[in-house]
Amino acid sequence: MYRSHVLVCGGTGCTSSGSERIIAALEHEIQENGLTEEIKVIKTGCFGLCALGPIMIVYPEGAFYSMVKPEDIPEIVSEHLLKGRIVTRLLYQETVQEDTVKSLNHTQFYAKQKRVALKNCGVIDPENINEYIGLNGYMALGKVLTEMTPEQVIQTIKDSGLRGRGGGGFPTGTKWSFAAAQPAGQKYVCCNADEGDPGAFMDRSVLEGDPHVVLEAMAIAGYAIGANQGYIYVRAEYPIAVKRLEIAIGQARENGLLGKDILGTGFDFDIELRLGAGAFVCGEETALMTSIEGRRGEPRPRPPFPAVKGLFERPTVLNNVETYANIPQIILNGADWFASMGTEKSKGTKVFALGGKINNTGLVEVPMGTTLREIVEEIGGGIPNGKKFKAAQTGGPSGGCIPASLIDIPVDYDNLISIGSMMGSGGLIVMDEDTCMVDIAKFFLEFTVDESCGKCTPCRIGTKRLLEILDKITKGKGTLEDLDKMEELCYHIKANSLCGLGQSAPNPVLSTLKYFRDEYVAHIVDKKCPAGVCKALLNFTIDPEKCRGCTLCARACPADAISGSVKQPHVIDPAKCLKCGACMEKCKFGAIYKK
Amino acid sequence: MKSLAELQALRDSMKGKIGVRDDAEGNTRVVIGMATCGIAAGARPVLAAFTEEVSKRNLQNVTIAQTGCIGICQYEPVVEVFEPGKEKVTYVKMTPEMAVKVVNEHLVNGNIVTEYTIGAKTK
Repeated sequence: MYRSHVLVCGGTGCTSSGSERIIAALEHEIQENGLTEEIKVIKTGCFGLCALGPIMIVYPEGAFYSMVKPEDIPEIVSEHLLKGRIVTRLLYQETVQEDTVKSLNHTQFYAKQKRVALKNCGVIDPENINEYIGLNGYMALGKVLTEMTPEQVIQTIKDSGLRGRGGGGFPTGTKWSFAAAQPAGQKYVCCNADEGDPGAFMDRSVLEGDPHVVLEAMAIAGYAIGANQGYIYVRAEYPIAVKRLEIAIGQARENGLLGKDILGTGFDFDIELRLGAGAFVCGEETALMTSIEGRRGEPRPRPPFPAVKGLFERPTVLNNVETYANIPQIILNGADWFASMGTEKSKGTKVFALGGKINNTGLVEVPMGTTLREIVEEIGGGIPNGKKFKAAQTGGPSGGCIPASLIDIPVDYDNLISIGSMMGSGGLIVMDEDTCMVDIAKFFLEFTVDESCGKCTPCRIGTKRLLEILDKITKGKGTLEDLDKMEELCYHIKANSLCGLGQSAPNPVLSTLKYFRDEYVAHIVDKKCPAGVCKALLNFTIDPEKCRGCTLCARACPADAISGSVKQPHVIDPAKCLKCGACMEKCKFGAIYKK
Repeated sequence: MKSLAELQALRDSMKGKIGVRDDAEGNTRVVIGMATCGIAAGARPVLAAFTEEVSKRNLQNVTIAQTGCIGICQYEPVVEVFEPGKEKVTYVKMTPEMAVKVVNEHLVNGNIVTEYTIGAKTK
């Protein structure tokens, strides 16, 4: 037995900040100190606090080290692991206490979180099936196969009130019951792991930190609807997730938890991976299944819905990664337990990927109905540099912006829809006063224009025209009629597009028009960008009162647009100025303004 | 695995191995002094004996931890046992054999091994 476990985050966030080197240094130092029999190093999935990576936690003390560097490792090993003296200097500052460390669960970042889908993330070694089993893994599958009928399984999921976490929010139990009601024969269970929203990484974190939960849940779904084959459609851009899934599938097969006659009950179920090439539209269910079939990933009209005619024209259940991550615990703890969390129509918890202008960039899981203020100000730690919260963008390119005036809204499916945004898969991008809302709308439109598959006209041409108008406005060439034209175009695209991509593509434009119309008007009428982002509308000027003539700005200017002699106020030639802002960064006297 | 019973058996055997990652505040904590004085007096084998015996007896809810010097270097290796809601027990001049006895008598049966405590040794 190991007296101490050192958990190092091996998620994508911490891997990119160097956790592999931390692990190598740890193993080396532990060996040097002759502690290999006493200390175990475990590479886990994401802890959530990606902003502080690489992250490392030492049990039994629960000491939480953040932003660890390889050169810190000898000190941690010799002081903490050998002598038991916690290296306070390297602890996450909020956990430092007089004589002991404060448990992570009591820090502001974790205190309001409720971890259901992320239960095992950052706790177990995702590449070791035994650790998953040690925390009740595959027990739900065992219970379903030995104690429950397929009807009971579906009823439990229905009673729990679980809704699809991929964006649409369709009740999962109802979806399963449609597929189960189809005549027996070949049916399929699919998992949508084609997480494509810019800024979203919830599904990746679950796959990296707890891959077996998805396999177990898919097998449960297979039993419930009468399917014996599953497919996970995962992006090729998630190499760590793909590798851990492959390992997990291999270990599950070796242990007889996938394959023929699972646990001696006569139930067969197997899972294969399919790698997506990164097309956003393949996150749409019909396009995803077309892609699994080996054809070009394009959507098709519904009905027939996948539950009736899905993959290879057979009844298919398709759920998102996070949805599956909830299933085993619903089976083990009961529908009432799950339904006790959340709001009236949105049960359970939701994982959000916090990004943008926020201190605690990372992954959080909160009960449905938590207010945006709690997520941003408490868990997220607020906006850096004392700036003001302006808006939060949810749902990625399909969602909308929530303005500061609505920050106290409880976040659930229906509330977000009612204010013109949507839950989406859970990306939550925070914006401060330096963000231009027209520019944000343009950013998301550029994304959808790139990613539109081109099958239907409203989406292919409509989004392109919409982007052109937005571009015109950011260049100061828009007219007020353009705003009405845009709105009309948005409704056309929404009403007439074939799939969810086009139907939701105008949302970023519509919601910014609704809540930030004054910014559009400022771009059009005053030819100004209030946030100082849209370059065409900016003018850099030097305040002659403040300028000391130090010549730093003139030397920094790449375009030779600044003239003036030493100790005399300098001047910017607007005709030559590229609006790069280099002069402003260099000026020590705050004499340069952009307006 | 061919049955649910096998799966359950594997789970139970794994529980002790990952239980250390629980932030369980109700655990009994066995704290071994591992400063230079402790190590010099032989705290490492004592620590190893505790770890091994606790694992052999599959004791749940026991945390083994180290601490620095508590200032009674002449009595090292020092081991303190903290049980929730009870007074701390301090064992001194420990050896691996004594550690095994402390696990069996104190942690398993709840009887403090009085002759090993600091109270007995300083008389």
